[in-house]
Amino acid sequence: MAYTPDKPKLPESTEQLRARIPGWGADLDPADRPSVPQEVFDPDFSGAHWEFPERQPERWPRERSIEHKFVTPVFGTACPPRGLSGAIRRYSYAKFSEGRAAHWLLLLAADRVDVAESVLRSLASRHPDNPITQTGVRAELSHHGLRSRLGQNRADVVHHPLDPIIVAAPWIAGAGLAYVLVRRVVSRRP
Amino acid sequence: MQAMVYRGPYRVRVEEKDRPVIEHPNDAIVRVTRAAICGSDLHLYHGMMPDTRVGTTFGHEFVGVVDEVGSSVRRLKPGDRVMVPFNIFCGTCFFCARGLYSNCHNVNPNATAVGGIYGYSHTTGGYDGGQAEYVRVPFADVGPSLIPEWLDDDDAVLLTDALATGYFGAQLGGIVEGDVVVVFGAGPVGLYAAKSAWLMGAGRVIVIDHLNDRLDKARTFAHAETYNFTEYDDIIVHLKKITEHLGADVAIDAVGAEADGNLLQHVTAAKLKLQGGSPVALNWAIDGVRKGGTVSVMGAYGPMFSAVKFGDAVNKGLTLRMNQCPVKRQWPRLFEHIRNGYLKPSDIVTHRIPLEHIAEAYHIFSAKLDGCIKPLIIPNAA
Repeated sequence: MAYTPDKPKLPESTEQLRARIPGWGADLDPADRPSVPQEVFDPDFSGAHWEFPERQPERWPRERSIEHKFVTPVFGTACPPRGLSGAIRRYSYAKFSEGRAAHWLLLLAADRVDVAESVLRSLASRHPDNPITQTGVRAELSHHGLRSRLGQNRADVVHHPLDPIIVAAPWIAGAGLAYVLVRRVVSRRP
Repeated sequence: MQAMVYRGPYRVRVEEKDRPVIEHPNDAIVRVTRAAICGSDLHLYHGMMPDTRVGTTFGHEFVGVVDEVGSSVRRLKPGDRVMVPFNIFCGTCFFCARGLYSNCHNVNPNATAVGGIYGYSHTTGGYDGGQAEYVRVPFADVGPSLIPEWLDDDDAVLLTDALATGYFGAQLGGIVEGDVVVVFGAGPVGLYAAKSAWLMGAGRVIVIDHLNDRLDKARTFAHAETYNFTEYDDIIVHLKKITEHLGADVAIDAVGAEADGNLLQHVTAAKLKLQGGSPVALNWAIDGVRKGGTVSVMGAYGPMFSAVKFGDAVNKGLTLRMNQCPVKRQWPRLFEHIRNGYLKPSDIVTHRIPLEHIAEAYHIFSAKLDGCIKPLIIPNAA
């Protein structure tokens, strides 16, 4: 025990463990473990046939961390920044390093603005957002929503009621704002 | 093509998107035959990861068939069946040259602290992921490997992250023969980490979670001793009691940013986004490991700060080890373990869901309905 020099006795001997657990001790020797040591200098191992990769064409000015010397030779091209959220993202990347909380808080704020912008854009499209089907909540009926939670002593069930609030709150706020604006416009008409 | 698309926190749908194109001479386009939802995808789904843009396709666990290759690709050709590590890496930067493929410096302009990951927000490079019919795979000569004929897609897809990460996590623990290893979290990575701890000679493997289905799996799949933390006033006191007040030699955090067990930590991190992650499991690992012991962190956390009990880690003289797994380095040895019958990755799969039902798949996994442990996604083009 902790108060005397010897390590506590294990419940099973090595022989018992070897008999019970398939492969017990197969990687006992650290030399058999592929990430021991974590760093091994071997630039030819990866199969790359370049020292510095050819550069991917930049089809629009790619936002980058100011901790980088330049835009990396390869990068993702999903969802270029656009609208107000894009402006916030570009500002965050241009102004703040990864070490600044402002960088991440602005990006999180831009994510929320992006959602609002995308909902508005979708309402003007042939595929408007459906806040109910997109949550997959129908699975509550097909995959035993109640039985999966009740009597299971799960620690997460206590905060599940917050999830629909997180999803619905922006929609309710948006609908309320739209109602107020429409009422104001209508009341101004002679 | 059909692809999963993020529409906002807790909302996803399937959309028709343009098929990806070759953007760099060493790109390949892969037709996805099997994808998976990872526990870390839920951090994106819940809106926790900064710069997760509406319209992004998630998915960093996928396998498929090469459909097209760029002009400089030498090692792959159309028709090859390939498994793709979740890391995107160049193979030759300072970090790749040292085997740190998950820390590549040439693939993520958005951040220097993290490498490139498929479908994991712009914070990891802005790449679309594999929960789609087709996906762009950069550095095709470096990342993907041919799937051995004896390995089926359901097993192969689990090698692209979950199994490799669990195995890597056990290695970072520096386990020596007879060590007591405690794993926090009985999700896929925790189950694989527990199983791997035995391979490295652990003398006792303890798994802690609050979901009974997962703890059952930890007993049957990973041969572990299990405890449901909701049944104890203080799980750390219990852990100390069952280790003769010493603590475990090695603790593995296989939970990450949305850990339960402390409502304040969970709500401030996962709901209010005021922390990079809820560090309940990490703090339990720090408290539950013995002085001089090792904590291995495999759980994913966001880039913001978290309320970690660092003072105790200092006072106990702990070794803290962590990284995203350099997946491809793990494969040759994991192939041997699978062929020897020591590991059967797909034993933890609980759900196989068509891509067109992606919204339900995310909800089932997020709300842990039906004892969901690992859902696979089957695209129409599979």
